[in-house]
Amino acid sequence: MREITYYEALNEALRSCMQEDERVVLLGEDIGSYGGIFQVTKGLLAEFGTERVVDTPISEAGFVGASIGAALTGMRPVAEIMFIDFTTACMDMIINQMAKMRYMFGGKGKVPMVLRVNIGAGRGTAAQHSQSFHSLFMHIPGLVVVTPSTPYDAKGLLIEAIKDDNPVIFVEHKRLYMSKGDVPEESYRIPFGKADIKREGKDVTVVATHALVVEALAAAEELSKKGIEVEVVDPMTLTPLDKETILNSVKKTGRLLVADEDHKTCGVGAEISAIVAEECIEYLKSPILRNCSPDTPVPFSPPLEKCFMFGKERLTESINTLMTYQ
Amino acid sequence: MKLKKEKLIEFYKMMQTIRLFEDRIVDLYARGAVPGLAHLYIGEEAVATGVCDCLREDDYITSTHRGHGHVIAKGAKLNPMMAELFGKKTGYCKGKGGSMHIADMDAGILGANGIAGGGLPIATGAGWSAKWRKTDQVTACFFGDASSNNGTFHESLNLASLHKLPVIFVCENNTYGISVSQAKHQPIVDIATRATGYDMPGVIVDGNDVIAVHEVASKAVKRARAGEGPTLVECKTYRWRGHHEGDPNQGERYRTKEEIKAWKEKCPIDKLRNKLIKDDAKLKNKLASIDKKINKEIDEAVDYANSCEFPSINEMYEDIYA
Repeated sequence: MREITYYEALNEALRSCMQEDERVVLLGEDIGSYGGIFQVTKGLLAEFGTERVVDTPISEAGFVGASIGAALTGMRPVAEIMFIDFTTACMDMIINQMAKMRYMFGGKGKVPMVLRVNIGAGRGTAAQHSQSFHSLFMHIPGLVVVTPSTPYDAKGLLIEAIKDDNPVIFVEHKRLYMSKGDVPEESYRIPFGKADIKREGKDVTVVATHALVVEALAAAEELSKKGIEVEVVDPMTLTPLDKETILNSVKKTGRLLVADEDHKTCGVGAEISAIVAEECIEYLKSPILRNCSPDTPVPFSPPLEKCFMFGKERLTESINTLMTYQ
Repeated sequence: MKLKKEKLIEFYKMMQTIRLFEDRIVDLYARGAVPGLAHLYIGEEAVATGVCDCLREDDYITSTHRGHGHVIAKGAKLNPMMAELFGKKTGYCKGKGGSMHIADMDAGILGANGIAGGGLPIATGAGWSAKWRKTDQVTACFFGDASSNNGTFHESLNLASLHKLPVIFVCENNTYGISVSQAKHQPIVDIATRATGYDMPGVIVDGNDVIAVHEVASKAVKRARAGEGPTLVECKTYRWRGHHEGDPNQGERYRTKEEIKAWKEKCPIDKLRNKLIKDDAKLKNKLASIDKKINKEIDEAVDYANSCEFPSINEMYEDIYA
């Protein structure tokens, strides 16, 4: 199979959905001739024109709210928010409108739209362009939250998101955009709520998201040489969350590390740890560990930002700690 | 354009339906028969009536927390309205939304909205949708004077004008944002002037004169339907009751009794009634019989709401996702 990058996979997903369904339109800042800040919409303006690929003003509440109104009345908009940090400028539209409409209206009406955002530090862009607060959306009933970690997953999950009848927060990752992987040329869908076991192992379960899936796989590969077999579970979607796969894995290994780039407090790590503690604590041989971002804003200065971030080494250390419990 | 007598009687009937429906809510709230919050539209009926009469069934509206008038004028039925206010499962939203969230997709009602200024971007998107789908549907967006200070107002007018979207922005300037008077919340008197900044027509109209509102709204709707873009219509009106039922002294803490009295003398329904009877004295009895009929419908709606069941507890978990 051919290899393409994560951003190209996303681009293919958008193109194929737009070719197939006229109701799919794109809105966002600099998504037209510029191709989007991370090139995900590259070439789509030329193919589909200014009516369907709309360069919006810097006006998040305006165009996200407009996407909601359009979705309610028969369209399938995909809005791009340049960085997840900027969702704060339209949080009312996301939390009070988009997420709750169907419920408030007693099941009448639906809001089939996708809000594409991205997370991740490491680019020296400090505290307002580097955040990873995707857990926040997991906290809001009514939203689907998707977290692809590979080009293959990115394409299949974005196509699913566009075809789904619910509002989806589609969380991309900056450091993954240039990563490569096998991606079929044809259109395909990956269902929500089904975690993917990216590597099987019997000793430790690592539930990892986004770029940390890649880091966890690298750690697992090395640890395997030392006789430690790590199972890497990628939830794929945080809402709905495939608890069953996570719990079954922990029941098998008896050890859990959750690796996620959101802050530690009230984040994905906290939620998954709590689920495991509530539902299968009797299977645990060790405490649960979390590798998450510190509870600080993302700092600018390179040594500080480096310290804020973590990867294979921190994960390896945590896995080794878990293995000290027998 | 001079409207026919029959049309004016329709206006009377609609305004009086909204008024009497809400008069009943006043009573029901005072007696604790209805849960939650009710923000009443009494005094502003000419705006919803005049605007919605210019809309087709397949046109859209977005409404506000003060939304009963808008949704009734756009075609909502009294029985499911009342049932929703009572929190019953036969209500428009199965009892899950209440007074502030009444919606009916079949009638083009894209929801009342509990967030001030929340409806403006949604209306803009409904307008955009009509343009994308190549229909000639129009969206009317109701909001208040205080919401015109919110970013969503400016973002929406900018987008709608930039893309010539078929939206009419109807500002109900009732001179108060909850308890704060217009003079304290913005440095301008005429909100319509803000249209200039977005290169769209801004029109001021007496919001207590249904005929005048209708005339202005028809032009705005015609312009929108023809693909010529949005209009900002500012309707000068007044909220008779407090911000919500339960507002201390119905607002007398922050405004004078004299001010309320002066506006009550400009009652939009009395104004139309007087005109109709002046033109044709025989109509007096007909209007009285219309009132009687409306009251009967409201009695029925209350009976209906009382007789319906509350949603079952497990319904709490339904309708979150499609």
